[in-house]
Amino acid sequence: MTGLRVDIREKRFPAVAGGPERVIYRDFALEVASGAILMLLAPSGLGKTTLLNIIAGLDRDFIGSVRLDAAPGGRGRSRLSYAFQSPRLLPWRTVEENVALPLGEGDAARGAARAMLDAVGLLEQAGAYPERLSLGQQRRVALARAFVIEPDLLLMDEPFVSLDEAGAARLRDLLRRLLAVHPATVIFVTHDSREAVELGTRIVRLDGPPARIVKDIAINLDAAARRAAPGEALRAELAAP
Amino acid sequence: MKLSEAADGAEHGTDRGGTGRRRGRLAFTLFSLLLLLALWFLAARLIASPVLPGPEAVARAFWRASLTGVLPASLAITLARVVASFLIAMVIGAAVGILLGRSPGLDRLFGPWLIMLLNLPALVIIILCYVWFGLTEAAAITAVAINKIPNVAVTLREGAASLSRDLDEMAQVFRFGPLRTLRHVVLPQLSPFFAAAARSGLALTWKIVLVVELLGRSNGVGFELQTAFQLFDVATVLAYALAFTVVVQIIELALIEPWERRANRWRR
Repeated sequence: MTGLRVDIREKRFPAVAGGPERVIYRDFALEVASGAILMLLAPSGLGKTTLLNIIAGLDRDFIGSVRLDAAPGGRGRSRLSYAFQSPRLLPWRTVEENVALPLGEGDAARGAARAMLDAVGLLEQAGAYPERLSLGQQRRVALARAFVIEPDLLLMDEPFVSLDEAGAARLRDLLRRLLAVHPATVIFVTHDSREAVELGTRIVRLDGPPARIVKDIAINLDAAARRAAPGEALRAELAAP
Repeated sequence: MKLSEAADGAEHGTDRGGTGRRRGRLAFTLFSLLLLLALWFLAARLIASPVLPGPEAVARAFWRASLTGVLPASLAITLARVVASFLIAMVIGAAVGILLGRSPGLDRLFGPWLIMLLNLPALVIIILCYVWFGLTEAAAITAVAINKIPNVAVTLREGAASLSRDLDEMAQVFRFGPLRTLRHVVLPQLSPFFAAAARSGLALTWKIVLVVELLGRSNGVGFELQTAFQLFDVATVLAYALAFTVVVQIIELALIEPWERRANRWRR
């Protein structure tokens, strides 16, 4: 697990097709404690994915800094994993190869991949190609790939979107179980306040543009309370202006 | 359980349909070729001139050249030249194409060179290679490869420019590194472009190899064709041409198509 601090002095999107240049972030700061499950709640188009890409190092075109705390136990650079909005599996590699590839190409990687596939309940599909799977199954493979490297920091960009509510609930359950076995700091982007209340230890609501934090709430409820009245109260508080 | 069985059944059904269609197409191809043979036979009979020998005369010429061992030896030599220049052109052309497709700056600088090279007549390249490097085997193979490299590069550049950014980012986040990225992310996306380049490449390569042999080599199919031309021996010319066409077709069926099927087995 690892904590982090993001400081964005400024992040702009260049003008496209006659539209004006847009400032996405200005003087934005976010600190995440080690082991937190931070739910990032914001309307679409505000730059949530951009924030994750900046943290992941995929987007370096901004003014500011991202500092990840050193990994515990002297492991050196902290390990970062990302569950994208679409599963982003390699269609020409089997499910098992997709999960193994972040670790390498040896037998050890394959063994770890199979164990991870077992944990997400997809061991039987190990030899299948991703396009043969349903979207829910593909998302579980992506989850297995995200966890197989035992990340210190896990970025999740609406990873359960476009599933039906029952399917999304099963995946949230699976995520909770995986995190119990492989603890990690999580930044989870969503637009669904129910999902935020159900999973998070902290919820940050953004508004803008440029994006700023309008709500920052710590949650300390058990699973039953999250689904009952206290959870409803939290959602009402989140929605309040 | 029932559902998956039904799905399996449907899949087998389409598979059978696919094999049946393939077989039907093969039969039709055979019919088409036989029709051509019949027309050729008739035309030869009608014209009755040594400049248009019939199929049986060509078969006799083929048999004669095979018995002396000249035809198989020439085919082997020419095939070796085709393979050598084809492989060189594929490797260099693919490297250049991928580089240009990935880097817009390099593409702006070297793209015009590629267009130049693409439009340079094969004959000019062959003459220049022989003049600069002498009438050697290396010059011959270089000449053919240079003729083919721009085609491969242009095709692969198109492929490299259309690579998925999403998968690129995925490979970056999971720290695949350059080698694993190339092998598992980039090359599989390029395989249709490799197949297209290989297919058009093989045909082009062997045609140019014949010209190279005619101009500056003392063996191979091109050289034998020149000899036959000087003797006005059309039957031998056709025998060599048909024999090599069959060889190239066999390469296509035995190598390129199976490889393509293997590369595409993940598709639904």
